[in-house]
Amino acid sequence: MRITVTVDGTQYTDDVEPRLLLVHYLRDRLGKVGTVVGCDTSNCGACTVLLDDRSVKSCSVLAVQADGHSVTTVEGLAENGNLHPVQEAFREKHALQCGFCTPGMIMATIDLLSENSDPSDEDVRHGLEGNLCRCTGYQNIVAAARDAAQRLRENPAATEEAAR
Amino acid sequence: MTSTVDPTTDEGVGESELGRARRRKEDEHLITGRTRWTDNIVLPGMLHAAILRSPVAHARITGLDVSEARGKPGVVAVYTGADLAEEQGSLPCAWPITEDMKTPNAPALAVDTVRFAGEAVAVVVARSPYEAHDALDSIDVDYEDLPVVLDLETAARDGDLVHPDLGTNVSATWVFDSAEAGSGGDVEDAIRDAEVIVERTFRQQRLIPAFMEPRSVVVDPTASQITMWSATQVPHVLKLMLAMTLGLPEHKLRVIAPDVGGGFGGKLQVTPEEVLTLLIARRLHKPVKYTETRSESMLAAHHGRDQVQKLTLAARRDGTVTGLKVELLADMGAYLRLVTPGVPILGAFMFNGIYKFGSYRFACTNVFTNKVPTDAYRGAGRPEATFAIERIMDELAVELSMDPLELREKNWIEHEEFPFDTVAGLTYDSGNYEAATAKARELFDYDELRREQAERRERNDPVQLGLGVSTFTEMCGLAPSRVLGSLSYGAGGWEHAAIRMLPTGKVEVVTGSSAHGQGHETAWSQIVADRLGIPFDDIEILHGDTQSSPRGLDTYGSRSLAVGGIAVVKAAEKVVAKARPIAAHLLECSEDDLDFEAGQFRVKGTAKSVGLTDVALAVFAAHDLPDGVEPNLDSEATYDPDNFSFPHGTHLCAIEVDTETGHARIRKYVCVDDVGHVVNPLIVEGQVHGGLAQGIAQALYEEAVHDESGTLLSSSFAEYLLPTAVDLPPFVTDRTDTPAPGNPLGVKGVGEAGTIASTPAVVNAVLDAVRPFGVTDVEMPCTPMRIWHALRDARGGTK
Repeated sequence: MRITVTVDGTQYTDDVEPRLLLVHYLRDRLGKVGTVVGCDTSNCGACTVLLDDRSVKSCSVLAVQADGHSVTTVEGLAENGNLHPVQEAFREKHALQCGFCTPGMIMATIDLLSENSDPSDEDVRHGLEGNLCRCTGYQNIVAAARDAAQRLRENPAATEEAAR
Repeated sequence: MTSTVDPTTDEGVGESELGRARRRKEDEHLITGRTRWTDNIVLPGMLHAAILRSPVAHARITGLDVSEARGKPGVVAVYTGADLAEEQGSLPCAWPITEDMKTPNAPALAVDTVRFAGEAVAVVVARSPYEAHDALDSIDVDYEDLPVVLDLETAARDGDLVHPDLGTNVSATWVFDSAEAGSGGDVEDAIRDAEVIVERTFRQQRLIPAFMEPRSVVVDPTASQITMWSATQVPHVLKLMLAMTLGLPEHKLRVIAPDVGGGFGGKLQVTPEEVLTLLIARRLHKPVKYTETRSESMLAAHHGRDQVQKLTLAARRDGTVTGLKVELLADMGAYLRLVTPGVPILGAFMFNGIYKFGSYRFACTNVFTNKVPTDAYRGAGRPEATFAIERIMDELAVELSMDPLELREKNWIEHEEFPFDTVAGLTYDSGNYEAATAKARELFDYDELRREQAERRERNDPVQLGLGVSTFTEMCGLAPSRVLGSLSYGAGGWEHAAIRMLPTGKVEVVTGSSAHGQGHETAWSQIVADRLGIPFDDIEILHGDTQSSPRGLDTYGSRSLAVGGIAVVKAAEKVVAKARPIAAHLLECSEDDLDFEAGQFRVKGTAKSVGLTDVALAVFAAHDLPDGVEPNLDSEATYDPDNFSFPHGTHLCAIEVDTETGHARIRKYVCVDDVGHVVNPLIVEGQVHGGLAQGIAQALYEEAVHDESGTLLSSSFAEYLLPTAVDLPPFVTDRTDTPAPGNPLGVKGVGEAGTIASTPAVVNAVLDAVRPFGVTDVEMPCTPMRIWHALRDARGGTK
């Protein structure tokens, strides 16, 4: 099947098998290897991307379902060397160790903050429940999400820019 | 307060880089997705392998037909065990703990018998991963079931055998006896003379390391050297073992561990998948990639723990412990992997914990079962040991109606007694259990929580409060090589570092310690910045590639900083020593008149100075060097410590147990760890957090469960419960600082502390909550179902 997808601002048209998963399309066809595969049961969230600005686990979406839509991966966040506020917060708060869950965690956090601009610790923990991390014990991820929320509130322009 | 290190301020900022909460150098590429995971690697003409795995735990393969699969679209080749029988050898075990240890042949691809569900039976190589996986369905295998041996205690008594050719399921027995070793008395005497004896049997459930990045391996055989990329913790060990196992010339192999997404001991291995990918790539003369699925990872990557521990503790009525006897059964699984037999031995030296009782006997029996092999998992032996001693100390406290902290204080090694020769034959380097415990007690508000607990008990609150105590020490910094040798481990434990002074004054540091999330690039940069006075950002750390870093023994057992970091210090000292005569020559003074500080050689008492970077450029130009001086400031150093290092700490957990549902919720978790001096408090705290998550998970959530046929039921993240952000509490962490006397940084190691200490803290808390109802034990993980059943049984079967 022929699909047209905008990924990180660039439009791609490709013939794909109907069964091809979005995550494999991103990784193997487009070389967007920043998005990773951590499990085969949609439990870990490592492959989370934004599909039309809402987070999805790209291992549970077929590439053909993304036809006509836009996808944002972790590689599309930083612009001109400027990190997204969520990326900045993850670095500042030491919210990653091995970094494998991090792209998915960052994408899930962006979606969470788009719904709730000032989440409590509990809100963040519930909001990120679908993303597993084996290194951090989550505490610094929670701190990073709240720090990012503050950065975004203080600089709404960054929010809008990030959304584009 | 949930954190003692505020990442928004640079704690300890001063003249020294050491102790400073530097943001990690590693993070930029990881948060922007510019990562180098093994599975990201794409090579021209690369093929993809997929593995057919046994669905049964023990069977003879009576038929294996791959002809249809060979004709499937995109399929290039299909291999069976028979195809590779002659060249695959046996997967290595580097730790023969006894001379008569039974070591079964361990093929990477099963030849005629499968011995655990998940064992590799055939390999398909195709143009794409999808095509390779499609073709697996076309392979026809006939299995003739054999008796499945699963239960550890039954297996130990033999009967049905995992390896009939060995004639037994017992791989080895290993004993330490303090009377024989001369480190203490005879434990049977202590038991005979005891006023109180506590006997308990604890079960360490089987755990799955569950690193987030599934294992992946790419082999490129097309150049003169074969290059292997692998998601491994141990590129150097892997290279050596592949060479020795497969008869591959060592100089013809290069192993690269690029970004590695976690390990926790689970990637301290020479895997069947690495061997198979290498053999296949070599046969096909094409690059081949194999990346496991998560379910395959759970089935076929090694598991951890899985022991039954029978303890007998002897004591006096006043609480003084006089002896401990440990009889341990350890599940090896179906084969011995790299360090499988040694894991219980690592625990043998830690069963006495922080205590100074007079007699000790440890005996373990390593047993084969029809399950995937066990091997290292975060802490490897030490969490198991610490759990056992900390649980039974609580049982003794209950028996004597003593406060558990008071009982520990009565028995622990006091600050002024260090260095201390333990009954298990180690010399603990330093410690201050009093200080860590006092601090933890205060942060926890122990007395207030005890008051609340009494009130809840008094009013029969359906939600009861339990307080759990855990004190611990562990041996980090594995090395020393001579000790590892005395335990029959096949390799040393030293670590290597090299420093390359570049002409522009920048520095490349080569480390044999191969990181997978620990932040070596940041910490090693801080060490070199401190020792050489070179700016932090002017330092690059090279690791994880046996070509750029030819010598090393990799990363496990919290050895990186205490061994690898010290090698970096030694290499830096050599750079300064080499630069000194050149600086003296440039400044026209005697070497003795030079001070070196903050990157500058300065003539004592004058303003005349020359920077190390200037010396580096002068050395490169080599226009004006002292006679006979080699134009080179590069250095290398290999460090092998004299002793282990012994971090310690006190962990306190408050848990609320709903006695009507069995649900346990951690309300407060406080830990004070003493890991000696700290290079980067941000990294240290992160390591503690992650360790706590894994230790708490053993207490409450995680377990590899098999059905009676040996099928792994917890073979995905849907059934194997890694804790989520919702399941874990905020942690209150703090530190005391008792430096390691044995190394120039005073560092001890931190990676395993949280995991080791937290499991008994949580389980002790659960039991403390439900003891008034007559519950005396709850097996791990303490799920709501198990707690509820324990309460029901204690209440006489009625609710």
